[in-house]
Amino acid sequence: MSLSISIQHRFDGFDLDATFAAPEGLTVLYGRSGSGKSTIINAIAGLMRPHAGKIVVGTEVLQDTQAGVFVPPHKRRLGYIFQDSRLFPHLSVARNLDYAAHAARREIDPQHRARIVDMLGLAPMLNRRPVALSGGEKQRVAIGRALLADPQLILADEPLASLDSERKSEILPYFEQIRDETDIPIIYVSHSADEVARLATTVVALERGAVIRQGPALDVLADPNAMPLGLGAVGAVLDARVVAHHTDGLTELSAGQDTYFLPRTRLDVGQHVRVRLPASDVMLALQQPVGFSALNSVAGTITAVQPTSASSAIVTVLTSAGPVLARVTQRSVAALELQAGKPVFAIVKTVAIASDIGA
Amino acid sequence: MMLLDFSPTEWQAITLSLKVSLVATICSLPVGILAAYALARWDFYGKQLLNGLVHLPLVLPPVVTGYLLLTVFGVRGPVGGFLQDLGIVFAFRWTGAVLAAAIMAFPLLVRAIRLSLEAVDPKLEQAAATLGASRLWVFITITLPLTLPGILAGSVLSFAKALGEFGATITFVSSIQGQTQTVPSAIYALLQVPGQEGAALRLVVVSVVLAMGALLLSEVLARRATKRMRGT
Repeated sequence: MSLSISIQHRFDGFDLDATFAAPEGLTVLYGRSGSGKSTIINAIAGLMRPHAGKIVVGTEVLQDTQAGVFVPPHKRRLGYIFQDSRLFPHLSVARNLDYAAHAARREIDPQHRARIVDMLGLAPMLNRRPVALSGGEKQRVAIGRALLADPQLILADEPLASLDSERKSEILPYFEQIRDETDIPIIYVSHSADEVARLATTVVALERGAVIRQGPALDVLADPNAMPLGLGAVGAVLDARVVAHHTDGLTELSAGQDTYFLPRTRLDVGQHVRVRLPASDVMLALQQPVGFSALNSVAGTITAVQPTSASSAIVTVLTSAGPVLARVTQRSVAALELQAGKPVFAIVKTVAIASDIGA
Repeated sequence: MMLLDFSPTEWQAITLSLKVSLVATICSLPVGILAAYALARWDFYGKQLLNGLVHLPLVLPPVVTGYLLLTVFGVRGPVGGFLQDLGIVFAFRWTGAVLAAAIMAFPLLVRAIRLSLEAVDPKLEQAAATLGASRLWVFITITLPLTLPGILAGSVLSFAKALGEFGATITFVSSIQGQTQTVPSAIYALLQVPGQEGAALRLVVVSVVLAMGALLLSEVLARRATKRMRGT
């Protein structure tokens, strides 16, 4: 099942014109506040009606202004997870979870419900009222409520934005789990590079109401052109696997044919992780470097040199694990004659496990 | 207990007052909720007019309201005549007292419900819609329960107001013993006759006790409902 959207809407002094497709997996609508992300997700939900547009999930047309089709929100089979949870204060957690089934006069599959209650650890709070829950607990209930709505599409509007970092790391794994264990497309609004790096299958980058880049997450994140949307530090994201924990406090990862070391993590050996290599922490050398303090150096070939200002540039180096970005000075570009096709070594000072982000 | 030693006429007035107030409150509740919802949530042409109409009984002299009722709902009035053909008569019947009480109490009822409605976060209703609830279902399962404190408070207030209604009632349906003579009408009638101060005083005490009781009940109910809604 996939989602395709094309909407145009005019606000005061702001035009939204966005067209994109979201395949299975988790698609992050990524951009600054005011870029139109929330408007788009609310249009998908049917909570706002764009002036013109077409929204299709699978084969079902949710809205087509040209054909005069508008499916009201309650018939769209959604699971919408709001930033502010929006649990019903007068209902217990259990009644909140079962709300969608009651609304649709649908039988609750007790096994399915038990699985979701179990996965989100909701059993101890089923009889409590939302007011008695912490922010993280509320959001877990909200996720459960959305999943139990039997949705054909899950929407999440900055679901972690109102949580502190500890709560964030408590909730993030659930989104990974939903992404990996269901085939329901997830549309996830975020302005956090870390969340994008960790969760996204597909990224739709938005700026001032327009889609400036869309595609598989690793491609978009490795694209220096995606920088204007505030990627914080630009940086490539690679898929890696935990190989071993060493006694000197380091964890060894393998990505492609390359090996990366980083300070010991809590991850299990064999686990797949995404790592983020901030471009400002990557240096380039023409020869295999020896005698330097950074732990990681990998071989690759330059595929692009992109000036970002009068003095600096972003160099894309294709390694066996995928593109790695390095931020270098224009002087170095000239001195080392960096250009596409040239083999180089990337020296990586910092490797951040995306899974540890927020922890 | 001299005070509670009511004469049959006094008992009639008390039970009639309670009946009239109760029926008036129950009957005006659905209309009151609808009016409050329209005023709180909808934008429509003539909204200010509706708002004015709802509040008119609050500012009009009750005798004017009573006169207008008589004109419209009297046997020869445009609505009254029509209703009479259907077998419904308001003028000089206890049902007329109900109508007068309901209309006089209506502004209080609508105000309380509207305030409570406006405190309900529309975002919760949106969330309910995304979970598959139709508008009606959202109203029944989300809006109405969250408005319950206001509905309870408004009902009790409206009941107390109906108990005390005098001007519009006596103008519209007069003060016929056993038919339309409510407690306030009875007190007024007693005061017209020398030597009946004792009986009048007894009914005055009844009025005060009922009114105070209703106000206290309204507070308690509203507080309890709010607590339950917020889930402590």
